[in-house]
Amino acid sequence: MHRPEEKPLELKAEQISKRYFRKTGDANHFYAVKPLSLKLEPGTVTVLCGRSGSGKTTLLHMLSGLLRPTEGEVRLGETELYSLPDGELSRLRNRAIGVVPQARSVLDILTVEENILLPQTLYGTEKERGCAERWMDMLHILHLKDARAGELSGGELRRTAIARTLCMQPSILLADEPTGDLDDENTELVFRCLRKAAEEQAAVLIVSHEADALKIADHAYRMDAGEITTIL
Amino acid sequence: MSMQKLPLQNLLRRPGRTLALTLLTALLAFSVFGGSVIVMSLRQGLNSLESRLGADIIVVPSSAQSKVSFQNMLLQGTTGAFYMDAENLERVREVEGVEIAAPQVFLASLKADCCSVKIQVIGFDPETDLFVRPWIEQSYTKELGDLDVMVGCKVEANIGENIRIYDERCKVVARLAPTGTGLDTAVYCSMDTMKTLLKAAEAKGVSHKVTSDPDDDVISAIYVKVRDGYDISQVNSKIQGHTRKCSAIRTKSMLTDVSDSLAGISNTVTILIAAIWVLALIILLIAFAMIAGERKREFAVLRLLGTSRSILSGLILKESALCSLMGGVLGVLFASLVVFPFTTLIETKLGLPYLRPEISSIILLALASLTATVMIGAAASAWASFRLSRVDPGTVLREGN
Repeated sequence: MHRPEEKPLELKAEQISKRYFRKTGDANHFYAVKPLSLKLEPGTVTVLCGRSGSGKTTLLHMLSGLLRPTEGEVRLGETELYSLPDGELSRLRNRAIGVVPQARSVLDILTVEENILLPQTLYGTEKERGCAERWMDMLHILHLKDARAGELSGGELRRTAIARTLCMQPSILLADEPTGDLDDENTELVFRCLRKAAEEQAAVLIVSHEADALKIADHAYRMDAGEITTIL
Repeated sequence: MSMQKLPLQNLLRRPGRTLALTLLTALLAFSVFGGSVIVMSLRQGLNSLESRLGADIIVVPSSAQSKVSFQNMLLQGTTGAFYMDAENLERVREVEGVEIAAPQVFLASLKADCCSVKIQVIGFDPETDLFVRPWIEQSYTKELGDLDVMVGCKVEANIGENIRIYDERCKVVARLAPTGTGLDTAVYCSMDTMKTLLKAAEAKGVSHKVTSDPDDDVISAIYVKVRDGYDISQVNSKIQGHTRKCSAIRTKSMLTDVSDSLAGISNTVTILIAAIWVLALIILLIAFAMIAGERKREFAVLRLLGTSRSILSGLILKESALCSLMGGVLGVLFASLVVFPFTTLIETKLGLPYLRPEISSIILLALASLTATVMIGAAASAWASFRLSRVDPGTVLREGN
């Protein structure tokens, strides 16, 4: 999955935590994520499950370089993400970290194909139209390539966001409830695509409620009240 | 699609919003360009009038004020004729402190076949005149022959054509540069030609006699330059006492009236422009703030995909600059369509000297208006740009869950 010309990278979180100020009982802060360490290795699928509000999305955002942890470090290969200035971190995220957010993340003003190619467009890197068509075809949205986001259903929007992330060929792929809006058939399709990404040496993390996600997992964790426990 | 085209795509694919912002910035450009052209034209007009009225004192017959306002004649081109005994010229020249005294003779034509309306004919003495001549020399340097005339820029007659004034065929030898004053609607000739025209007018029953003597000589006004070191007020009083049935008017008082009116209009226009700009800036700030709120998700997605804060800010600024540029061009074009074709109407309504600036000044003014509009658009979007570039994509995308 990762760019063939680049060495596979692993993502390592070391004792990261996220603390917010909030009056809770005697304390004036609470931990959304308690100090934890996690490693995402190339070629593997890691599944993170847990109840709503357990801290899964916060952890995913910290791993993606979007949310600075209160403590700890996140390393992509040898690079500590949060030591980089914004410009470099943004460029690195564009090149190596693909995120499928839980919420709608497709731009209305662009067509499906333009949305999928948007990460490459941002830095004027070579457009990989073939790659876009490959993933659109695999996710059964090729016929929608010229459609605007406003014309798509929830499931089609979700698959467009997944195709966009897969087309980035990231070393690290972080998907937050990627099958949230999908039926069983498309859920299976998406998991198959994510598994394929791992086979192409990406390190994949799936945050999911779906039991089916565990079927493709190499590692699995449960998250509860900001703490993770290994289940696979 | 490329990143450079993304701001344009954003504008094109949201036509309603783009139109609203464009119209708002067009209003800014319209007000600053249109207002500036009017103020500049008024200033140019005043400067032109000042240089045409290089005299310190103008002596006219006492009856002139009741017959026609001398000021209206100069500013609005109202035709009028009044006469006094030419002896007054010598009397004025005898007054201590008078350096130059140049006569002029006015004649209002009843109807000339060159014009659909009455025109003012002004006879001057090229030997002594120091006020009309420098202006005339910009267009014509030769001596004026018998029945040769020069026409103001607003008189509809071309060089080489003949115009009939009281049945005398006069040849147009020059067309004068615009002054923005009533002088632009007049016809100029030598004193000899004027004598011929006065006789022709007499034959048509238009009398200019001030005495019963058929051979008397008449003039309409005397332009006086006071010698350095003399007090103009005192010389003015002496002239008043030394001449008969004449009024000596200090040109400064006349220009002060015009200058005061100009300052009033200029201030009003400036205040209006400032008010429009403040209002439009507030509306633009609110508009961009609302757009910033509406587009938080879009920019969170761009951040998520690896857009840096600076690229994001650039994107927003480019959008607003493009929008402001379109609005600026529209505003300047619209102001041009309103201000330039209606120059005469504006001039008539304001009743002040009005001289349109050179085309190079207008182009510079248009460019300055465009720059100011683009800058104000960019400034209004700067805060929104700063806020949006600081958006925490994680939080924004979660809010939409």
